[in-house]
Amino acid sequence: MTMIFGVPLAVFMGQLMLGLINGAFYALLSLGLAVIFGLLKIINFAHGAQYMLGAFAALLGLQYLGINYWLALLLVPLVVGGLGMVIERTILRRIAHLDHLYGLLLTYGLALIFEGTLINFFGVSGASYPVPEALQGGLNLGFMFLPTYRGWVLVAALAVCLGTWFVIERTRLGAYLRAGTENPALMQAFGVNVPQLVTLTYGFGVALAAFAGVLAAPLYPVSPTMGSSLLIVVFAVVVIGGMGSILGAILTGLAMGLVEGLTKVYYPEAANTVIFLVMILVLMLRPAGLFGKEA
Amino acid sequence: MTFNKRTLAGAIAVATTALAGGTAQAQMSDDAVRIGYLADMSGTYRDLAGPGGLEALNMAVEDFGGEVNGVPIEVFSADDRNSADVGANTVREWIDQRNVDLVAGMVASSVSIAVTKVLEENDGLAIISGSAASSITNEHCTPNHIHWVYDTYPLAHGTAKAVVEQGGDTWFMLTADYAFGHALEGDVTKVVEENGGEVVGGVRHPFPTSDFSSYILQAQGSGADIVGLANAGSDTVNAIKTASQFGLTQTGQQLAGLLIFLNDVHAMGLEATQGLLLTTGWYWDMDEQSREWAERYFERVGRMPTMVQAGVYSSTMHYLNAVEAAGTDEPEVVRAQMGEMPVEDFFSRNGRIREDGRMVHDMYLAQVKSPEESTGEWDLYEIKSTIPAEEAYRPLSESQCDLVNQ
Repeated sequence: MTMIFGVPLAVFMGQLMLGLINGAFYALLSLGLAVIFGLLKIINFAHGAQYMLGAFAALLGLQYLGINYWLALLLVPLVVGGLGMVIERTILRRIAHLDHLYGLLLTYGLALIFEGTLINFFGVSGASYPVPEALQGGLNLGFMFLPTYRGWVLVAALAVCLGTWFVIERTRLGAYLRAGTENPALMQAFGVNVPQLVTLTYGFGVALAAFAGVLAAPLYPVSPTMGSSLLIVVFAVVVIGGMGSILGAILTGLAMGLVEGLTKVYYPEAANTVIFLVMILVLMLRPAGLFGKEA
Repeated sequence: MTFNKRTLAGAIAVATTALAGGTAQAQMSDDAVRIGYLADMSGTYRDLAGPGGLEALNMAVEDFGGEVNGVPIEVFSADDRNSADVGANTVREWIDQRNVDLVAGMVASSVSIAVTKVLEENDGLAIISGSAASSITNEHCTPNHIHWVYDTYPLAHGTAKAVVEQGGDTWFMLTADYAFGHALEGDVTKVVEENGGEVVGGVRHPFPTSDFSSYILQAQGSGADIVGLANAGSDTVNAIKTASQFGLTQTGQQLAGLLIFLNDVHAMGLEATQGLLLTTGWYWDMDEQSREWAERYFERVGRMPTMVQAGVYSSTMHYLNAVEAAGTDEPEVVRAQMGEMPVEDFFSRNGRIREDGRMVHDMYLAQVKSPEESTGEWDLYEIKSTIPAEEAYRPLSESQCDLVNQ
């Protein structure tokens, strides 16, 4: 058997595959954060809670309204994204002119409220969401047995990431968005409704988190605390990639998934900390992040 | 037979009480027997003890008649939120302000150890039903508490020994990377090796972990017959679910869960858990007596009881019987009286309370049924064999408890 650093090749390849799947989640979540930070300059600490709301909305929709997985994948981001827009309009806008720190504290408070409310009703044990019938079973890739659903998660997450990148970097709407970040006053003078653009962007970022939540529901127990543990890692990913960089968020997310996956093979005890080690290294060597522009 | 001062004092106290006879009522400390139920009522361990355990306690009090030696039995409860500080402070308050006579329930081992220290300082009494750590009646033993349902010793010995005997010679350990996991892993490794098996590999995963896919893949790659789960709660649930998604059992490997409760299996479903071997202190469908009690419980709660919830009923009954027999609620006397009486009810077979506070009773090796074998929502286990009480638990000769004279 071919060995790579003492690990059989098949196992090594399998771990890379799993790392890539986790990385796709990181990419999806950090992308939402990056989009929001890019335009609103808000560090959205409610992102984990919004991801959790996505998973919960899917679960409750299935239990009480009979909404199936595919429909949930479409509807939940719209509903949760809509909630995000309401939050932006009614709360975030009022502090838009203040320091970043206020936005961070406010969204953190919101996250605590969402979590606390759901814990009150559902406890913390969580419930499981069934894998949709069409995606049950698995594929034999030769080097590993890959559950079909995980394969689907990888494809879906990458497609949405690339789609988002395309819209922002290659379309007219995206050009408005980017211009809005650079100079909102000038944009307004050209007749673009910047406040509306801001609301839509926040809603879109939140919808991305909710989409990731629905994708995650069949994989992990759906519980009110599922977002808070993930959020810290995702923030580290954003810091490593560089705040506000779209492509940076996607590539760093995938890369960190791989790094974490390999750590799980070689030194599993450090699996939860390795991303933070990378973050410290990056902050020391390139404070603006790997893909960030030096200020 | 060896006596230490405490048991001797207790025995004398029991004897004097018995002589005092009719004046029993005068021996009660105050106008009520107060039982405080302390457990995780809202967190990870809610379903295995929680509100259901409180209901079991209430059932015991009702079945006993609501009063003992002429004074009413009062029950109150609190959520320890799995925090040793919260638990210890609650019990301090119960002692100072509510004259609590017995603390019941208790799940997280850290909470139990903290609470029993408080009770030892204040001369109280506790019966622990939910905790796993065998250290509770080993290095952390006190004359003020009893450990009722199970501990890590029979879990490791019962399951690991049976699995090796069934031909599961090579093991891969999936261990939660903290004290409880390491202890369980150590116990299991010892048992496996003693029985001629071998631990060929393992992973210590961070606690808690939600994504087990990488570790399951490593377990598959190890080629071991058995994947042992030295973790608990959500970690175990996540590991089993992931193993099922990755087809671990279809490729000839078998999972051995070392700490699994009925509610875990119920939540995961039989599709994911079928064939799993586990050790349990009790199962609702194990015989007529158990079924009868479980069905009464089910009518009140709407779920079948876990071994912990059944243990809360059993231990409360035993306590109340001892208070009645001793004619007093004086903790030291009641503790001695409880030790005198064998524990024989729907929950416990061949049970007795040892001087280290361990209630030893028959344990059972069970296997989770397949969906085809199961005839109902709660028809989850098949009892494969009985582990006799005297073999199940750590022998006193290996005890580090100060109460045991060696």
